[in-house]
Amino acid sequence: MEYSLNVNGVSRKVDVPERMPLLWVLRDSLGLKGTKFGCGIAQCGACTVLLNGQPTRSCVTAVSAVGTRAVSTIEGLSPDGSHPLQRAWVELDVPQCGYCQAGQLMAASALLKSTPSPTDQQIDTAMSGNVCRCGTYLRIKQAIKAAATGGGRA
Amino acid sequence: MAHTKNDSRLDRRAFLQVSVLAGGGLLIGFSSPDALAQRGGGPGGAAASLAPNVYITIHPDNTFTIIAKNPETGQGIKTALPMIIAEELDVDWAQVKIQQADLDPKYGAQMEGGSRAIPSNYHNMRVVGAGGRVLMLAAAAQQWNVPQSELTTARGVVSHAASNRTATYASLASRAATLPAPEVTTAEAALKNPRDFKIIGQRIRGVDAQDIVMGKAIFSIDVAPPNTLHAVFDKCPVFGGKVVSANLDEVKKLPGVRHAFVVEPAGQGSNSCVSGVAIVADSWWLANDARRTLRVMWDEGAAATQSSVGYLAQARALAAKAAAATPAAASAPAPAGGRGGGGAMIGDVNAAFAGAAKVIEAEYFFPLLSHAPLEPQNSTAHYKDGRLEIWSPSQIPSKQHPATGAGIPPENVTMHLARSGGGFGRRLVSDYDVEVGRIAKMVTDERVAAGLPSVPVKLLWTREDDMAHDQYRPTGYHFFKAGLDASGKLIAYRDFVASTNSVVPANEFPRGFVENVSIMSENVTPFSVPTGALRAPPTNGVSFVIQGFIDEVAVAAGKDPLQYRLDLLNSPVGPGATGGFNPARARGVLEAVREMSGWNRRSELPTGTGKGVAFQFAHAGYVAYVVEVSVTASKALRVRRAWCAVDIGRQIVNPSQAENLVHGGLIEAMSHLMAWNITIDKGRVVEQNFRQYQPTRMSQVPTDIQVRFLQTDFDPTGLGEPSLPPAVPAITNAIFAASGVRIRSLPLAPQGYSWG
Repeated sequence: MEYSLNVNGVSRKVDVPERMPLLWVLRDSLGLKGTKFGCGIAQCGACTVLLNGQPTRSCVTAVSAVGTRAVSTIEGLSPDGSHPLQRAWVELDVPQCGYCQAGQLMAASALLKSTPSPTDQQIDTAMSGNVCRCGTYLRIKQAIKAAATGGGRA
Repeated sequence: MAHTKNDSRLDRRAFLQVSVLAGGGLLIGFSSPDALAQRGGGPGGAAASLAPNVYITIHPDNTFTIIAKNPETGQGIKTALPMIIAEELDVDWAQVKIQQADLDPKYGAQMEGGSRAIPSNYHNMRVVGAGGRVLMLAAAAQQWNVPQSELTTARGVVSHAASNRTATYASLASRAATLPAPEVTTAEAALKNPRDFKIIGQRIRGVDAQDIVMGKAIFSIDVAPPNTLHAVFDKCPVFGGKVVSANLDEVKKLPGVRHAFVVEPAGQGSNSCVSGVAIVADSWWLANDARRTLRVMWDEGAAATQSSVGYLAQARALAAKAAAATPAAASAPAPAGGRGGGGAMIGDVNAAFAGAAKVIEAEYFFPLLSHAPLEPQNSTAHYKDGRLEIWSPSQIPSKQHPATGAGIPPENVTMHLARSGGGFGRRLVSDYDVEVGRIAKMVTDERVAAGLPSVPVKLLWTREDDMAHDQYRPTGYHFFKAGLDASGKLIAYRDFVASTNSVVPANEFPRGFVENVSIMSENVTPFSVPTGALRAPPTNGVSFVIQGFIDEVAVAAGKDPLQYRLDLLNSPVGPGATGGFNPARARGVLEAVREMSGWNRRSELPTGTGKGVAFQFAHAGYVAYVVEVSVTASKALRVRRAWCAVDIGRQIVNPSQAENLVHGGLIEAMSHLMAWNITIDKGRVVEQNFRQYQPTRMSQVPTDIQVRFLQTDFDPTGLGEPSLPPAVPAITNAIFAASGVRIRSLPLAPQGYSWG
C-alpha cells in the first residue's frame, strides 16, 4: 500500500504493508534510525514518537493508522541539537548506553509543550512509559526541570 | 567473568612507535611484542611488516584524534580511556576527537567485562599520552637548541619561557617524526603528578552525548550498509531443541521474503549457533511477520522435562541431605582457589554450634535473571568470496565467532566494533555473531547460486527471542546456620549452596572473620538452562543472601547491624583467608555511609520507615549503601533515599560517569528486587517480554542518591559492577528495619509487594 506521511514537516511517500508498524517504516523505509526498537509491545518507550504532539509507541502503531497526523521523531526535535531538552541532556551528561534517550526526549518534549513547568509527579507520570535500563532517571528528571520554564517545580 | 592478563602495568618489553601521516600528521602509539606476535610480526621482525599501533594522531591544525580501544556499551569507556591519553599528552579536551577502534591485535585486549577496563588500561594509556608529550618536548629542544628541562607544555603547545618561544605540537610534528620514539621508561618518568591533572578527575561529558540526543549515534542495530537484507532466527523455545522440519516453501512465498532455510548448529558452548530457521527479507518487519506463518516441528530434547519448581525442591533435598551428613569435625585447610572455588572448611562448625548460646538458621533464594539490555541482540555481516565483514556489538569481540558460523578462518574476518545499547554481561556471549556469520554465508551461497551479487545481512532478535535465549544469571539456594556466643559474637557460620553453576562464595565475608566456617555446595542436576555472567557475578546474588543473613545475625545478637559488620571486620581470623579482601577498605566505606546517612539517628524515623545497610567487595572495588525505605501494611514499598560510599582507589577518572554508574547500580538492583524473575517450565522460559519482566521506572526511584568516592592509596579500579550488588540487600535490610519482615527470597512482587 502507498502511504503519504508527514514526518518532521516533510511529506514522505512509502509503499509498505498496511500492518507494518510506523517504527519500521521510519527505520527501514525512511532511514530515520534515531527511533529505537526495544520490546515491540509498547512496554519500554524506546520507539516513542509524537503524533500531532502526542507521545505514541511507534512499535505498535500500524502505518495505516497514522493518517494525516504529523509524525515527529528525534531527528526533527531541532535541526542542530539546540532544543532546550537536548541542551540540558548534554549539559547534565544524562546518557549511559543512550539507547532509550531518543524516546525519553520525545516523551519529555511532549510534556513540556503541554506543561511548561511540570511538577515531579507530572514528570513521573509523563515518563513512566519510558524505560532506561541503565538507570539514568535522576538525571533525566533533572534535565527536564532544567529545560522547563522556571526549571520545573518540586 | 573473563580475566585479562597484563593488568595494571605495561609489558616491560612494550615500545612506543611514531610514524608520519600524509598531510603532515603524526601517529603515536605503543606495541607489545605479544600483540605483534599475534599478527605474525615481532620486535625483531622487519619494520615494514609492523603495522603502527596507533592511539594519537596529531593533525596539522593542532587538533588530535585519540583512539578509544574498548567496546562501548554505556559504561563510558569511550570517553574515559581517551581522557587519560589526552591528560598526559597535555592537550585541551576541546582539541580532541575520539575514534572508535576496530578489532585489531595491535590494541591488545579489547573487551568490556569484569570492570577491568580502568585497572588494565589506566597506566598504559597514561604512558601513551606521556610518550607523545615527551616526543614533542624532544622535537622543540632540538629545534630551539635548548635543554629539554627548560621546556613546558600546555594545551598542545611547547613553551620556552626564557626565550619567550612557543610551538604547537602540529608545527613540531615533522621534526618529531625524525626522532627516535621515546623509551617507555622515559615516558613513565614524565608522567604528571596527579595533582596537576586537568582532564582526569573532571566531569567530562560522554563523547557521543550530542549525537545521542540528536538521534544520530550509530548503535549496532542502526548499522545498515547498502543493500542490506534483514534476518530473523527462529530457535527452539526449549534449550537444546532441534529443527525436525519446517514449512519453508510456504514461508518463501510471503511478501518481501528472499530466503528461508534451516540452519544447522555451528560451534560449541555459549559462543555457538544452535539449530533453527532463518528468514531473510527486504525489511526486518517483513522477516519477523513471516514467523506468524512459519511452522517448525521441533525435537525438544531432554530439557523439556525441567522446571524451576523442580530446582527448588531438589535444592531443599540436597540441603537436608547435607545437613544430616555434615562431618563431625573438619579441619581441612582452606582451598587455594579464588572466588567461586570449591568451598571452605575451617575449624569445627558442629562443635561450635553445639556450644553456641544462640543458633539461627535461614534459607535464602535468588532466581535466574535475564540481562535485558534495551537493545535486543543483533549483528550485521557481509560474506563475500570467503571473507566476512562484521559490525559486532560484543563485549568480548572475537573474529573466531563469525568465523565459526561461516566456516572460514578468523583471519578472513574484518570486525568493526559497534556501540551497543547496554551490555550488563549479555554481550560477553556472542551467539548472535556466530549466527549472523552462518546466516550471511548461507544467504550469499544461495544468491551466488542464483547468479545474484552477495549482500550484507542484518540479524535482529525480538525482545521475546532475547528473553528466551539468554545466558541467565544462575539461581542460588543458600541454607545458612550461624552460632553466636553469649556476647553475640559470631563463632560459627555455615552456608550450604545448592547451585546451578557452582557459584559458591567460598572466599566471601564473613569467612576470614569467624573461627569456624563451613561453605559447601552441590549442584542441582539436571540443569539445562544456559547460565552466564550478569553485571557483578557472582555477588549480584550472593551479596543479597550473605548481607541479608549477616543482618539477621546482628539482629539476633541484639546489635546495630552496621556496627556488627565493623566489629567482624575488626577481628580477622587467620592470615590470608579473605581472597584479597582488605577489611580496612570495607570498614572505610561502611563508616562513610554511616556518617553520610545519619545512620545513628535512624531511630527518629517514623513508623513504617527504616534504614538498611550492606557492603560488598566486588571486582576489586568496595561499595557500601544505606537505603531508607517505607513500607505500608499493604506492602507498598518506596525507596526514599540512598547513600553510597565507594572505594575504587586513588583516582576517579570521570566523576560524571562514575556517579551515573552508581545511580544505575541502585536502580538495576531495584529491578532485581521487585520483579525480575526468570522461571522455567517444560524446559523453556516462561517470561516473554517486559510485561512479565518489569524494569524499574522513573516514578519508583528515590529522589536522591548521594554518592561519595573515598580516595585511598590504591591503584584505580572499575565501577560498572561493584555499584550493583550491595544495593539489593541494603534495600531488603531496610524493609526489615521498616516492617520487621525479613526478605529471604527474590523477587518481591510474588510475595505481595509493589512499588508505593
